[in-house]
Amino acid sequence: MADLVSCDAGDWVEIERVLLEPADRSTNLPEDTAAQPLRMWVKGFACSAGAVGDQLTVETMTGRVVTGRLAEVNPGYTHTFGRPAPELTHVGRDLRERVAVYRAKAGE
Amino acid sequence: MSEVAGKTEAILARKGEIMKRALGMDYSQFERSPIAFDYEGLMGAHGYSIDDIIGIQLAGGVGKTPLLELRNLTDLVRSYAESGHGARIFVKDEAANMAGSFKDRRASVSIHVAREKGYAGVIAATSGNYGAAVSSQAARASLKCIIVQEAFDSRHIGQPEIIEKSRICEAFGAEVVQLTVGPELFSHMLELLDETGYLAASLYSAFGVSGIETLGYELAEEMTTVTGAPPTHVVITHAGGGNTTGTARGLKRAGATGTQIVSASVDLSGLHMASDADFNRKSFTTGHTGFGVPFATWPDRADVPRNAARALRYMDRYLTVSQGEVFYVTEAMAKLEGLERGPSGNTAMAAAMSLARDLPTDATVVVQETEYTGAGKHHWAQLNFARENGVEVRAGDPAEQVPGKSIIIPERPEQIRAKDFDLAKMRRSYVRNALAHAGEGYVPTAADIEFLAADTNSTPAAVEEIVAALKEA
Repeated sequence: MADLVSCDAGDWVEIERVLLEPADRSTNLPEDTAAQPLRMWVKGFACSAGAVGDQLTVETMTGRVVTGRLAEVNPGYTHTFGRPAPELTHVGRDLRERVAVYRAKAGE
Repeated sequence: MSEVAGKTEAILARKGEIMKRALGMDYSQFERSPIAFDYEGLMGAHGYSIDDIIGIQLAGGVGKTPLLELRNLTDLVRSYAESGHGARIFVKDEAANMAGSFKDRRASVSIHVAREKGYAGVIAATSGNYGAAVSSQAARASLKCIIVQEAFDSRHIGQPEIIEKSRICEAFGAEVVQLTVGPELFSHMLELLDETGYLAASLYSAFGVSGIETLGYELAEEMTTVTGAPPTHVVITHAGGGNTTGTARGLKRAGATGTQIVSASVDLSGLHMASDADFNRKSFTTGHTGFGVPFATWPDRADVPRNAARALRYMDRYLTVSQGEVFYVTEAMAKLEGLERGPSGNTAMAAAMSLARDLPTDATVVVQETEYTGAGKHHWAQLNFARENGVEVRAGDPAEQVPGKSIIIPERPEQIRAKDFDLAKMRRSYVRNALAHAGEGYVPTAADIEFLAADTNSTPAAVEEIVAALKEA
């Protein structure tokens, strides 16, 4: 399903907002972090219709009312297992063999 | 000052007042001096006995997890250990808890208290399994729940393990507030506590750490049933210190005073925990030295006035292992023992394999937790993510790894060698921090020295020596 670019009131959406601009951030940060704004994402039910990028208010699962930029409509998850690491594929075969050899010797 | 910066300052200035209401306990009653406080008073203030806590947990679907002997892993270690060596290895399969880790124990008491005291909800700041635990327990207790996570770098890219944690918290009905890297997460949590009036279900509260005591207590009893005695060694994945503290206290409660407490962390030395660039160059989001060392040497850096997790009080040894060793052991556990579990919980398992190799065959080593695995948390996902973020992954000698630059997967199990972290150095560091926080010119009293000795698992004479050496320096 293609990403939705707009929502109706009541849709499950994600909004984003900047909590702190770089100038407002804590003074004891490493340089790379200090140069970036502190950003926040939260999901909730849209209080009105809107398009991605619009300012939108949502009501979260706890009932809080939060306003931010509409980032995603019906946001999901795409994290996976991925492909096996070649450095690990042999581990099971090799170790089972080692245990078998050890037990054969110990039983002699 | 900008309007936003002024608002942040104002909320931080009200920290004491907000936390006093949110923690459900007044910590000032335990303070004794700028250094010492009544630790046992804090731990006992909730008034629950260990049997009460076991009852609370059973009602919440938590605890009584299987204790498994890992015969194949033990024989693997014996196949290369010196003759007469290779301790029996056991594991407490904490992934069998409702939300998939020992953190359910930690969450259960806070959630119980929140409900008893009439809070409408709970808030916890965590990117780890604790979020899943709090969310799950809150759902059962019909409480609202907000989990605040440090989830993304400035590119909006998240560690797959943390993204999975966001997912599971939402699956249990929590509101998940995801932030980019930075310690200001704490001031945002204060704002949320102030706005909602919820209980702060801190990882470091006495409720949380008391909840872990049942783990040590259970395993001591189970090992006595299986082997006739409590374990000779318990190996504990260590980050903020609650796991070590709670488990050790539970063992003592069960009378297992002779058991060696071995904490273990993944070595992430050289990586800055508040760095945007380093954030996604670590494959472990917890159980690593980036939390393990600073929290052991200054526990009161936590989000509570006094941390109930005080690992240095209980540690007999602190071992570090590399990311590659833990991934290797995670794969070995699945293939040899039929236990496919998350890598972070296997940090202690990698250390245990190294430790067991050097112990006699009649020694017993218990790894006291596992955690769930799955998309994102799985070791394949972690290694793929590391490669995508420019970390070299290769087979070889794990001793050559450079955290953040390389992950070296052992070619043979003999290459798994945990390193001892210098506890004397950690004790010095702790005493230095305690003196610094007490304020310039403060002279520790005899009672302070007693406290520092207890808090570092040391003696008053040894503490006096450290204090004198610090004065000279």
